[in-house]
Amino acid sequence: MNDKPSQISREQGLQWLQDMLRIRRMEEKCAELYGEEKIRGFLHLYIGEEAVAAGVIPELAAEDAVVATYREHGHALVRGISMNAILAEMFGKQEGCSRGRGGSMHLFDAKTHFYGGNAIVSGGLPLAIGLALADKMQNRPGVTACFFGEGAVAEGEFHESLNLAALWQLPVLFVCENNLYAMGTALARSESVTDIHRKAESYGIDSTAVDGMDVMSVNTAARNALEKIRTQQVPVFLEMRTYRFRAHSMFDPELYREKAEVEQWKQLCPIATLSARLKAQQVIEDGDVAALEQATGEEIQAAVAFAEAGQWEPVEDLLKYVYTDSAQNTGQSGST
Amino acid sequence: MNITYREAMRAALRESLKQDERVFLMGEDVGRYGGCYAVSKGLLDEFGEERIRDTPLSESAFVGAGIGAALGGMRPIVEVMTVNFSLLCLDQIVNTAATLRHMSGGQFSVPVVLRMTTGAGRQLAAQHSHSLECWYAHVPGLRVIAPATLEDMRGMLRIALDDPDPVIIFEHNALYNREGELAEDVTVSEIRRAAVRRAGSDISLIAYGGNLIKALEAADELAKSGIAAEVIDLRSLRPLDDATILASVRKTRRAVLIDEGWCSGSLAAEIGMRISEQAFYDLDAPLARVCTAEVPIPYPGHLEQAALPQVATIVNKARELLGQNV
Repeated sequence: MNDKPSQISREQGLQWLQDMLRIRRMEEKCAELYGEEKIRGFLHLYIGEEAVAAGVIPELAAEDAVVATYREHGHALVRGISMNAILAEMFGKQEGCSRGRGGSMHLFDAKTHFYGGNAIVSGGLPLAIGLALADKMQNRPGVTACFFGEGAVAEGEFHESLNLAALWQLPVLFVCENNLYAMGTALARSESVTDIHRKAESYGIDSTAVDGMDVMSVNTAARNALEKIRTQQVPVFLEMRTYRFRAHSMFDPELYREKAEVEQWKQLCPIATLSARLKAQQVIEDGDVAALEQATGEEIQAAVAFAEAGQWEPVEDLLKYVYTDSAQNTGQSGST
Repeated sequence: MNITYREAMRAALRESLKQDERVFLMGEDVGRYGGCYAVSKGLLDEFGEERIRDTPLSESAFVGAGIGAALGGMRPIVEVMTVNFSLLCLDQIVNTAATLRHMSGGQFSVPVVLRMTTGAGRQLAAQHSHSLECWYAHVPGLRVIAPATLEDMRGMLRIALDDPDPVIIFEHNALYNREGELAEDVTVSEIRRAAVRRAGSDISLIAYGGNLIKALEAADELAKSGIAAEVIDLRSLRPLDDATILASVRKTRRAVLIDEGWCSGSLAAEIGMRISEQAFYDLDAPLARVCTAEVPIPYPGHLEQAALPQVATIVNKARELLGQNV
């Protein structure tokens, strides 16, 4: 693990706090809306892991690509997809970032090069390889940041993709969000080697374990990794050691872990610890946090209203977006 | 000029690589080896390692990489040796390539072209001999085509590359060595429409890919006893061209569906059902199928041949429907 650098600028500190608070508060609202049955389907919350998205994504350039998982609300939000579009998507409204066709697990956005929202564990890794390959073959400067959980490590695609990335020297930033549980299965119950960054090393990829609860450590690691990727055109692997405070999904009764363990990790809350550190260093005051909370609350309120007011797509459009040439959509319907 | 199917596909690849810098070929053994069916032989020397890209035996990663590269603005042609091996990347094809456009609300198309061989007949035993194209034809978001003529082998690739959506081209391995005459300036402008390869009035033989050859031979045989069979080449397995199929069946009032997939849940089953739904009252006889026996393809030649659709079986089925003694 890398050392925690001590001094943080006010501007940077407030930015990180804001990014993390927006994720935390938006998701708390999502849980509430799920209870009200406004949001349906699966809902996987990122709460506890905010430092990873907030520390990595702002270091990416506009032309870089992001590939994420089904626990991607935080990535999407920090990448710049509006909270309005994210909430509308979860409501299934056509104002959503994927026109309501994807829902919580499938946030997409062409403008910010956000390629999902992939709900197949490890399914995004080959995609990231291809996006990076396209950049490399077209001599573009882009980097592809690929987020995935430690559960993905057990999939063959993880190993196939790391091998290809190293073999072809592709500009990919692999960000493993190791929150210790693949759904309800603890890492030690599913992996023979639990030091995940060592697996990447075995493919010849530069790899580091990072304190994923500390946004500054995450950020420093991401910045160094991106510099290396950009200057040397090689992949880099970061294992972010983090924890989700909530259950895997809204359906999960969480029988697989002790409450005490969860409480222990909550002491490492990335928002509370950063806030405390900034206050201790007299970089920010209580009023700054209150102002951020206030602004975030207002943003959420507006986003909920936006989603509520959104429209259902007309059923006549059901067969749209299957093929680019939508006239072909009727080609396979068979009956007259 | 006299040319094999293999050479026709190679010419199509070469042409695409020359015409469009975004096109590259990627797959197992496509480079130094020259392609495990020798289709890409010589292309590495001509186009270099960047564009004729050998991959590890990692179907999921390199097919997924093809999908990602397509998203990133390239026009990848990904060769998966056989449909049997494509099961290792089924997730990438079905869960990613086919769904991205829909799940993103129309924001991302995936213009990837996947080529794979299909079919049996070379005593390669079960794991190299299956015909699973109907599985892919089941999936919305994919286009599935199967060239059966030299013209289509030469011309379909360019159209597939121009398609903004994922296209899978199924090449029957028994076709590669066949030779025929092919005009220099062949153009194929349509791959979604079925083609009438032989006109006839008594019965429709509906086939695709490698089995088109058998259907045409069966039609020759039937002609000897005065039966005029119409032979339909599907060309596109998804979408299916109902119009051409129905026009033929309404004319001949009888149909035999020939499909190298297993009978249960086959493409032939789907086509038969469409005919039942849309042309039941035009029929003068029950619909009939010639498919592969419900068995993993056996190694011994006599059993393999017994499992597969054969000219004689097609002829007998057709005669049966016409009320002739067989």
